[in-house]
Amino acid sequence: MTEKSFIIKFLIVLTAIIFITRLFYIQIIEENYKIAAENNVIQKTIQYPFRGLIYDRNDSLITFNSPVYDLMVIPKEVNIVDTARFCRLLEITAEEFREKISKAKKYSMILASKFQEQISDELFAKVQDQLINYPGFYVLPRTIRSYNTESMANVLGYVGEVSSRFLRNDNSGYYQSGDYIGIGGIEKSYEAMLRGRRGVSYKIVNVQGIIKDVYKDGDFDTVSVAGKDLRLTIDLELQQYAERLMNGKVGSVVAIEPQSGKILTLVSAPSYDPQLLSGKNLSKNFPFLEQNENKPLFNRPLQARYPPGSMFKTIQGVIAMHEQVVDSNEIITTDGSNIGDLAPPGPYTMTRAIQKSSNNYFYLIMKRMVEQGVEESQFLDARIGFEKWRNYVAEFGLGEKLGVDMPNEINGNVPSIEWYDKLYGVGRWKYSNIASLSIGQGELLVTPLQMANLGAILANRGYYITPHVVDSIGNSPNPNVKKRTLPFSADLYETVLDGMEKVINSGSGIRGYMDSLRLAGKTSTIQNPHGEDHSGFMGFAPLDEPQISIVAFVENAGQGGRAAVSVASLLAERYIFGEISRPWLEDYVMEKRYLSGNASGITIAEN
Amino acid sequence: MRQESLSQKIDWVTILLFGAMVMLGWMNIYAANYNPDLELGIFDFSTSAGRQFVWICTSGILIAAVFLFDYKFFDSFAYIIYGVILALLVFVLIGGKEVAGSKSWIGVGSFGLQPSEFAKFATALVLARYIGKADTKLENLKSLIVALLLIAVPMVLIALQGDIGTALVFAALIIPLFMEGMPIVILMSVSGLLLIFLLTLLLNQTLLLVIVSIAILLAIGLNTKESKRIMIIIVTGVVVVLMIRSVDFILSDVLKPYQQKRVLSLVNPNIDPLGIGWNVNQSKIAIGSGGLFGKGFLEGTQTKFDFVPEQSTDFIFCTIGEEHGWIGSSLLIFLFVTFLLRLIFLTERQKSSFARVFGYSVVSIIFFHFSINIAMTIGLFPVVGIPLPFFSYGGSSLWAFTILLFVFLKLDAHRMQELQRW
Repeated sequence: MTEKSFIIKFLIVLTAIIFITRLFYIQIIEENYKIAAENNVIQKTIQYPFRGLIYDRNDSLITFNSPVYDLMVIPKEVNIVDTARFCRLLEITAEEFREKISKAKKYSMILASKFQEQISDELFAKVQDQLINYPGFYVLPRTIRSYNTESMANVLGYVGEVSSRFLRNDNSGYYQSGDYIGIGGIEKSYEAMLRGRRGVSYKIVNVQGIIKDVYKDGDFDTVSVAGKDLRLTIDLELQQYAERLMNGKVGSVVAIEPQSGKILTLVSAPSYDPQLLSGKNLSKNFPFLEQNENKPLFNRPLQARYPPGSMFKTIQGVIAMHEQVVDSNEIITTDGSNIGDLAPPGPYTMTRAIQKSSNNYFYLIMKRMVEQGVEESQFLDARIGFEKWRNYVAEFGLGEKLGVDMPNEINGNVPSIEWYDKLYGVGRWKYSNIASLSIGQGELLVTPLQMANLGAILANRGYYITPHVVDSIGNSPNPNVKKRTLPFSADLYETVLDGMEKVINSGSGIRGYMDSLRLAGKTSTIQNPHGEDHSGFMGFAPLDEPQISIVAFVENAGQGGRAAVSVASLLAERYIFGEISRPWLEDYVMEKRYLSGNASGITIAEN
Repeated sequence: MRQESLSQKIDWVTILLFGAMVMLGWMNIYAANYNPDLELGIFDFSTSAGRQFVWICTSGILIAAVFLFDYKFFDSFAYIIYGVILALLVFVLIGGKEVAGSKSWIGVGSFGLQPSEFAKFATALVLARYIGKADTKLENLKSLIVALLLIAVPMVLIALQGDIGTALVFAALIIPLFMEGMPIVILMSVSGLLLIFLLTLLLNQTLLLVIVSIAILLAIGLNTKESKRIMIIIVTGVVVVLMIRSVDFILSDVLKPYQQKRVLSLVNPNIDPLGIGWNVNQSKIAIGSGGLFGKGFLEGTQTKFDFVPEQSTDFIFCTIGEEHGWIGSSLLIFLFVTFLLRLIFLTERQKSSFARVFGYSVVSIIFFHFSINIAMTIGLFPVVGIPLPFFSYGGSSLWAFTILLFVFLKLDAHRMQELQRW
């Protein structure tokens, strides 16, 4: 009897010990239960601030937020009697309904997830009154980007849901799955200012998600801060005009206010309506735009690389005079034998060489720069001269990012000693190997933005301000704007500018001539091994008190003296006078009369 | 001999423990449903705590009534009480109200009672009466079968109501049988089969069969000389193998789907964390979030905001675990252990075998409820839905346990008279 009684008592005590041990594990050792408990009851409510608005330089509204409605679902609360009727209401099939519900359930039974993204206004109006009959469904308003213009998608960029790849690499800790983020253009580069700061409030909820209390008296709550508005340097009207001129073409147009570095126009052609990548359009249209052969998502002014061609001669002129290998008045007689040339052989001053775009003149003066006779060996001598030349070229902002306030700007390329060493071997190259650099061809590559900046440097006679598209953030001016002064004396520029004015008055840029406006510039016909040459022009106006520097690149449009100078000249006239006096030139550009052959237009169809 | 008054003979230690448990239970029921927005008092009838107060008061009346009866009444009327309860169990099967999947309620207006709760008392009584008879010897097969039948009949009726949890409680009555002479082999076999059942759920069936086969071969190898033992080993082996094979059958064909899921979620609570695993997970989360000292009275969030289901009835232990931590939970377990050991002490001093068997039945039933209830809240046993004695909210349950306990205390108070009768 006592033995049996012992067994029972032992069993009771053993059970108690097992329980107390197990409880010790659950309550004291294991932390996950405490975390799970907090997750259960603490509901984090996020207040998303309005994203900042975007205005042009004249305060006309470009980008704003418009409300859209997502249909949300909490699977646990769903109780639909007549599924067919519900599907008819939402205009979806029973199959879609099942898919969406099971996707939501997979995410969470008790947390809300998107059932249908961005329902149409008509559907919203229809559904709104009926939803009361469908527990577990509700409409959540949010905003998407809307635009007052179809222009400048390349500048504005777009906003989309943050990608999981981004989230993995992001260490700011700000973003969460489902958040929206600026992906391209200034939406990306000014994301931190535009988005503002979201507010968070912690509430204690019951199992139905009904708020019961404020968590820790709201000590952990933060108030949302609205995004800052941006005022751009872009002149929307000018931008739209430039885009109109570039319609059906591939290329870039950049205009800068020289004294301030403010970008007035930044055209990447072909372009697309920014609305195409807003809200739920994004997922629909993005693949289409990405795969389009004309690459509308490619921001050409910042990302395209071209040899500068003849417009580079302006830089060569300044450098050569600074190096005193040539005097502004020195007459050099070319025999046309050194390099292919459209300019006739004969006597050239610097001014005339620029006006006529004499390849042989610039061949010779660069030879003087590279072969300064410091070393006996031609090969070693070339290295020293070339390095000097290269450093001067870099002063013009070539081969490096200018630091424009937009993503994806590229460096371009100014070849280095190392590069040629690799190509030819150390001590095995001399001037003749690199001579094509003298006329802006060869391995030299620039972006349209760098050339527009060159226009500003020339207009300013020796300095530039970091080109930028955002003028002010909120009420404060853009802080990332610096002045850089080049080490060349101002009078050197005047000689070059003299030549540039003559290019317009009686040179290759004659199409851009206006009685009323002194335009100075230089055309480029950029050799294109793959097809028709690219047409390029860099210049500014007016010559004495410059207000606008312009670069235009029109791909496969032939000579620089045709399409590019026409576009630039029209843009300058439009900017300074607000109207066009040469409708025939407009037609010439828009109808592509500059093409000798049959014009095959490029259009981006809208889906 | 001087006639002592009832108050001197009654065991006040047990009553004190009983009172402490009922009061703590009541406070925790209040905490489990406490709504900070409404500020309803503990006596408010719209809350479970307010209604539990009514059940506690009426339990007091029941205690008084138990003490008013002659102590010999329970012995004499055991079969009649048992018969009435069996009749009620049959009645609810035909005309009972169905609540939460169990057809176990007799309803009078909004007031409902569960005869199954009182069947435990009646069965304990009839078992005590039967075994207490001078000619009942549990060592012999006939008596054992009768005793087992007395347990099995109400058990089956309750199982038919769909209340597997309460039906399981009757298995606890095997303990008084064992204490009163039932061969230990039977107890061992039952426990052994249960163990194998659990192992079958936990381990791969083939692996288990291989282990069992090796064990059988080893056992035969060690006993090659004695053919009788070999026979026993072989029979045992066949039974074990059949058992393992039939678990699958039981799981998929005998148990209802929700019961299958409960068993499976014991083995793997993450099987369906938002469905059937929800109860166990949320229960563990609530208890686990209590830490060492708990969040404090009325400061819990998991139970009162309904994350734990049935928080004032079957899962009342969660509130204790969450609000009073490991210290509070351990104290509760300590309280139960003390209570049960005290009851065993009382049982062992009984002079009549009727009172002794009844005492062991009380111990077994309360111990079974206690261990299964706590085990299911901390994820050691499937959720079978039986209350924690004296703590869980519910009239039938509190009344039935009160009657069970106080009939025994009444018998205990009169144990010396029993001696005088001889």
